[in-house]
Amino acid sequence: MDIAVILENTIRALFNAEALILALAAIGLNVHFGYTGLLNFGQVGFAAMGAYGIGSGVVYLDLPFGVSLLLGIALAVLLALALGIPTLRLRADYLAIVTIASSEVIRLTARSAELRELTGGSSGVNGFSQGFYSMNPFSPGSYGIGWLSYDANRFFLLVVGWTLVALCSVLVFLLMRSPWGRVLRGIREDEDAVRSLGKNVVGYKMQSLVLGGIFGAFAGFAFALANSSVQPDNYGTQFTFLAFTAMILGGAGRVIGPVVGAIVFQTSLVLVENVLIQAKGAGYISDRILESTDIGAVRFVLVGVALMALMIYRPQGLFGDKKELALDAR
Amino acid sequence: MPADLQDEPGADGVGSRAIGTSVTDGSARARAAAAALATVPPRPGVPKPDPILVADGVLRQFGGLTAVDVEHFEVQRGVITALIGPNGAGKTTFFNLLTGFDKPNSGTWSFEGKELAGMPAYRVARRGMVRTFQLTKALSRMTVLDNMRLGATGQRGENFFRALLPASWTAQQKGIDARAVDLLGRFKLDSKAGDFAGSLSGGQRKLLEMARALMVEPTLVMLDEPMAGVNPALTQSLLGHVKDLREQGMTVLFVEHDMDMVRDISDWVVVMAQGRIVAEGPPDVVMADPAVIDAYLGAHHDAPLSLEEEEAQIGGARVETLTDGRDEA
Ligand SMILES: Nc1ncnc2c1ncn2[C@@H]1O[C@H](COP(=O)(O)OP(=O)(O)O)[C@@H](O)[C@H]1O
Ligand SMILES: [Mg+2]
Repeated sequence: MDIAVILENTIRALFNAEALILALAAIGLNVHFGYTGLLNFGQVGFAAMGAYGIGSGVVYLDLPFGVSLLLGIALAVLLALALGIPTLRLRADYLAIVTIASSEVIRLTARSAELRELTGGSSGVNGFSQGFYSMNPFSPGSYGIGWLSYDANRFFLLVVGWTLVALCSVLVFLLMRSPWGRVLRGIREDEDAVRSLGKNVVGYKMQSLVLGGIFGAFAGFAFALANSSVQPDNYGTQFTFLAFTAMILGGAGRVIGPVVGAIVFQTSLVLVENVLIQAKGAGYISDRILESTDIGAVRFVLVGVALMALMIYRPQGLFGDKKELALDAR
Repeated sequence: MPADLQDEPGADGVGSRAIGTSVTDGSARARAAAAALATVPPRPGVPKPDPILVADGVLRQFGGLTAVDVEHFEVQRGVITALIGPNGAGKTTFFNLLTGFDKPNSGTWSFEGKELAGMPAYRVARRGMVRTFQLTKALSRMTVLDNMRLGATGQRGENFFRALLPASWTAQQKGIDARAVDLLGRFKLDSKAGDFAGSLSGGQRKLLEMARALMVEPTLVMLDEPMAGVNPALTQSLLGHVKDLREQGMTVLFVEHDMDMVRDISDWVVVMAQGRIVAEGPPDVVMADPAVIDAYLGAHHDAPLSLEEEEAQIGGARVETLTDGRDEA
C-alpha cells in the first residue's frame, strides 16, 4: 500500500479539470436553485450547448474559435428561453420535468446518425481545441510545484478555467447582494409574495435561468477542452446530479458553496478510489469482496454514504447556516 | 403564543377590545368617509359616488363549483370597506381575481378608471392595488429589512446590469431604507429589522406583511383576514394601523370574520355568500339584515356570536393558519 501515491493523486485532484467543470456547472445551479428556487434537473443540457457550440462550431461550421464560444453561449441562452417560456409561469415542478427530459432529448439528438454532419453523431466531435491551445502563452515545459505540476497546455486550461470560476463567483457575489439578487431570493421564499409587491416574477426567473445556463455552458467549454473532444454520452443526467451534489455539499445559496463542494466532492472520489486501488494491490481486499473493475462504481457508493451521513448532521452543507435552514418551515 | 403578549407594550390584554362601537373616532377622514356614503342606499351592487374599483360580471368556477359570481361591485375611494361572509363564500377567490392572482371565467373590472382584467398580478400591484394574503407570506430566510426593501417599486438596482454598478443604486436604497425603518417603527418592528422574518411570531408576520405592502405606496390596500391567527392582544394595534391607512388617504378593502372588528373600523360592509354579494351597507344596517344572519347561519355558522365562541375560533383559526395550505392556491 503506497500512501504517497494516494496522497499525490488526491492532492492533484484538488485543482484538476473535473473539479473545475463541476464547479462551473454547480455555480449555475446555485443561481437557479440556491438563490431563485428553480428546480433545473437538466444543467447538463446547458453544458452540452457550450460543448457542441465550440466543437461543432469549429469543426462542422468552420467558425473561428472565438465565434464558436459565442455560439455556445447563444445556444445556452436559446435553451433557457425554450425551457423557461412555457414553464416558468407554471408551478415549480413543471420546470423540473421539462429540464430533465430536455437534457436527454439533447443528448440523444446529438448522437443520432441523422445529425452526423453537425454533431458527429455517436462518435462526437474531435479536433477543435487547437484554437484554444494556440493562444497558450506558456512555452512547453512543466509548470506548478511538486505534485501540482502540469504540462503547458493543461496548466493553461487550469489557469483559464479557475480564473473563470473566480470571475463567475465574483459576479454571483455582486449580483446577490444587489436589489436584483434580493428579488431572486424573495422568489425562492415565496414567489406570490414577490408578485404582490409589483415584481415581474416570470421575468426574473427567466433572467436567473439564462444566467445559470450560461455558467452551465462554461462548464461545457471546460469539459470539451479538457478532453479535446465532445462525447455525447458524457452529457447524461449523472452530470446534473453530480453538480447538484457539489452545490448542496458546499451549501446552496452561498457564493463559495458550489466551488468548495465541487472540489471536496471530486477529491473525495479520487481519494476513495486510490485507497481502494492501493488496498487491493496490497492484497488487503480479496476478489470475493471487491473486484478491481468494480472500484469505479464502489467509490460512488462509499462517497454517497459519507454524503448521506454529512447531510444528516449538517443538512445545510459545509457553508450553509443551520438556523437559516430551520426557518424554512414557514 | 405567549410571545405575542409582549409584542405590544401599548395593548392592554385579552378581551379588552371595543365592542359594538360604530365609527366613533372623530377624524376628518372618518367623517368624510361616512358623509360620502350617507346617501348610498344599502343594497347589493349599489353604485358609489366616487368608486376607486368597479367590477362587473366576475365569474369564477372550479369544475362544477361556482366560487365567485359577482354581478356588480364598487368600492368607494378613501373609505374602509369590509368584505364578510362565511368560510367558502369566495372572498379569497374574489381577491385573487381582482389582483391578477387568478383568472376568471368571465368578467371585467377597473381600478381608477383603467381596465385591469387580464393584467398580470405584478402590474396590478404597480398600479397601486396591493393585497396581503390570508396565510401570511413572510419571506422567512430574508431579514425583516430585506422584506421591506423588496416592497419599494422602481428600484434601479433591480435591473440586472445596473445591479452590478452599486453606485447607481446605493443612494436610492438609502432613501428606501429610511422609509422602511420609519414604517417598521410605526409597526413596532424596528428592533427586529436585522432578524430573519421566519423568526417572527405569527402576529408580527401579519404586521410585517402589512408594512411591506405599504412600501409599494398603494392607493388601495386589500387585506385578507389581517386578524386571523393574531393574538387578541395585538388586534387593537392592528385595528389602529388599518384606520391609519384611511387617515393617510388610502382606500382599504379587507376580509374579516371578527364582527367586532368589522363594526369598529369599517365605513361600509359587503356580505358574500356562495360566491354572490348578498348584502351591503353601513355596518349597523348590514348586521341587522336578515339576509346576512341567514347567510352566516345557513352555511358554516362561523360568525362569532359570543365572546367565548369567538375566542375558541381565534384559537382554531391559528391552528388552521399553521396547517392548512388550501387557501394559498
Ligand atoms: N384552487 C381551488 N380549486 C378548487 N376549489 C377552490 C380553489 N380555491 C377555492 N376553491 C373553492 O372555492 C370556494 C371559495 O373559496 P374561498 O375563496 O377560499 O372562500 P373564502 O375566502 O370566502 O373562505 C370554496 O368552496 C373553495 O373550496
Ligand atoms: Mg379566505
